Amino acid sequence: MQFWIIQTLNSVAFGGLLFLLSSGFSLIFGLMRIPNLAHGGFFMLGAYFGYSLLALQFNFWIAAIGAGLGVGLVGIILERFILRQLPGNTQGQVLVTLGLSFIIADLCLLIWTGDPMPLPAPQELRPPLRYFGLAFPTYRLVVLGLALAAAVGLYFLMERTRVGAMIRAGVDDPEMARGVGIPVGRLFTMVFLLGAALAGMGGVLGGPILNAYPGLDADMLPLALIVVILGGAGSLLGAFVGSFIVGFLYNFGIALAPDLAYFVLFLPMVLVLVFLPQGLFGRVQL
Amino acid sequence: MSRGNLIALIIATLALIALPRVITHDFYINMASQCLIFAILALSLNLMLGFGGMVSLGHAAYIGIAGYTCILMTVAGYHPLLAALAGLILSTACAGLFGMLSLRAPGLGFLMITLALGQIVWGIAYRANTLTGGDNGISLPARPMPFGVDIRSAEHFYYFTLIVFAVALFGMWRFQRSPFGASLMGTRDQPRRMRMLGHNVWMVQWLTFVIAGFWGSVGGLMYVYYNVFLSPHALTLQQSAEILLMAILGGATTLTGPIVGATIITLVKNVVSSYVERWNSLLGAIFILVIIFMPYGLVPGCRVLWRKIKSRGKPPASAAEPAE
Repeated sequence: MQFWIIQTLNSVAFGGLLFLLSSGFSLIFGLMRIPNLAHGGFFMLGAYFGYSLLALQFNFWIAAIGAGLGVGLVGIILERFILRQLPGNTQGQVLVTLGLSFIIADLCLLIWTGDPMPLPAPQELRPPLRYFGLAFPTYRLVVLGLALAAAVGLYFLMERTRVGAMIRAGVDDPEMARGVGIPVGRLFTMVFLLGAALAGMGGVLGGPILNAYPGLDADMLPLALIVVILGGAGSLLGAFVGSFIVGFLYNFGIALAPDLAYFVLFLPMVLVLVFLPQGLFGRVQL
Repeated sequence: MSRGNLIALIIATLALIALPRVITHDFYINMASQCLIFAILALSLNLMLGFGGMVSLGHAAYIGIAGYTCILMTVAGYHPLLAALAGLILSTACAGLFGMLSLRAPGLGFLMITLALGQIVWGIAYRANTLTGGDNGISLPARPMPFGVDIRSAEHFYYFTLIVFAVALFGMWRFQRSPFGASLMGTRDQPRRMRMLGHNVWMVQWLTFVIAGFWGSVGGLMYVYYNVFLSPHALTLQQSAEILLMAILGGATTLTGPIVGATIITLVKNVVSSYVERWNSLLGAIFILVIIFMPYGLVPGCRVLWRKIKSRGKPPASAAEPAE
C-alpha cells in the first residue's frame, strides 16, 4: 500500500514538474512555431541557478523565483538577439535553439562540474504527513499544488484576460492578428519569457526530487516533447493532461521495469500519432 | 556528369587511394577513416534533409540499432556476416516503423518526433543494463574478416572503409539522379502539385526515410567496426545533431556538401578536443553561426563565389544561385 501511495505521489509530482516544463514549450510552439529545443536546458539552468542561490543562503522560494527570472532573462536574450535574426526560417530557428542547448549544457558542466548537486527541500516540508498510519511525502504534495496553481493561473491568463485573448489570436492566425493591430512580436517575447521562467522555476522545484546534474536537460526534453505530441501543441489542457500521463507512465515504468522505462513511453506516443496525429487536445498541426 | 566533374572525381579517387601512402601515421589514417564513416552518415541523412526537405534529429538511432544488434549477435557466437546483415535488416525495419510515425506530422512535427524516437532508442540503450551494458557500453570481440581479408590494421581498415564509402556514394548518387530522386525533390518543393500529378507523396517520403535509414545503418556498422565498441554516447542527441550539422555546413542540397562538412567537423573535433575540453560549446556555436550566416552551406556558397570570380568584368548574372 505504502509503495503505491509513494509511487502515485511521485508520479503526480513529476507530472506537475512536467507541466511547468511543457506548458511553456507548448505555448512557444503554438505561438511561434518553434519547438524550443533549449527548453530542457532552461530547466537544468533553473535547477543550477537555484542551487547557487540556495548556497548563498537564500530562502527556497526566493531561490525558485530568482532562478525563474534568471532563466527568463536568458530566454529573452535568445528570442531578441538570435531568433529574431531568422524571421520566417523556422527550421533554422529550431537548429539555433539546439545549438544553444549544447552551449548551456556545456557551460553548466564547466561552472557546476559533473557531480550531481542536491537541492534540499525547505526545512518545514521535509517531515512526511501522516494520516491513517500512512506517510505522505509533504514536498511532493506541495509541488503538485504549485503546479495546479500554475495551471489555474495560466488558464485565467489565457482565457480570461485581454493579453490571453491576444495570445490565442496569435496562435490561431498570426497574420490576421498582426493585421488587427495586435503586437505579435512583443507577445512573442512575453511568451518566451513566461515559458523560460516556468521552466526555470520547474527546475528549482524539481531539484529536491531530481537533483541538478549534467544530462538533466537531455532527460527532460524528450519527456516534454512526448507530452506535447500526446497532448497536442499549443494547448494548455493538452500539456496538463499529457504531463500527468507521462508522469505516471515514466514513474511507474522506472519503478516496475527500469530497463523498459523509455519503451513504456513509446507506446502511447505511437497510439496517439496513429489515431490522433494532432494530439489529444491539439489546437495547431504539429 | 560533365568532363570537369569527371576529372575532379578521378583526382579525388586517386588522392583517397594514395592517402595512406602519403600520411603513413596510423593516427591520421584512422582520422581519415573516421571522416569517411561520418561522410556516409551525413550523406544518408542528407537524402532526407537535402533532397526531401525532412529535418531528422534522430539519425544516431541507426548507429545504435545496427551496432548493438551486430555486437550482441557476434558476442552470442553468430557469424560476423550474419550479425552485420541482421543489424542492417533490423535497423532498416525500425527505419520503416519510425518513418511511418514521423511522417504522420509534416515539418516541425517530423523533427520533434524523430528527436523523441532517437531519445527513446538512446534511453533504452542507456537503461537496458543487462543487454547493452548501460553507460559502460559493450565491445565487439574483434573486427570481422570480410572474405578472409584482415582489416585490423589502420591502413587495411581505411581501404575497407573507402570501398564501403564508394559503394554508398555510388548508391546515393544513383538514387539522387533516378526518376525517384526527381520525384522526391518534387515532393520537397511542390507537394501539392506532385499529388495532383498522381505521385504518392507519402510513399515517396517514406521510401526515402527507409533508404536513408539503411545507409545510416551501414554508416553505423562502420562506426562500430571502427571503434570496436558501442555505448549510449554514440546515440545521443549531440551525435544526431553533429551529423545534421555536417550536412548543413557542407551544403545540404548537394552530394559533395555532406562529405566536405563531415570532413571539416571530424577534423575540427579531433584537433580541438586534444586542446580544449569544450567541444560541445564549440559545436553549439558553430551551429548558430552556420545557420545565421551560411544557411545554404559551404559548397553552394563557394560555387556562387567561384561564379562571381569567373564572371568578373562581364555583366552580372541576372538570377541568384538556383536551387540544385
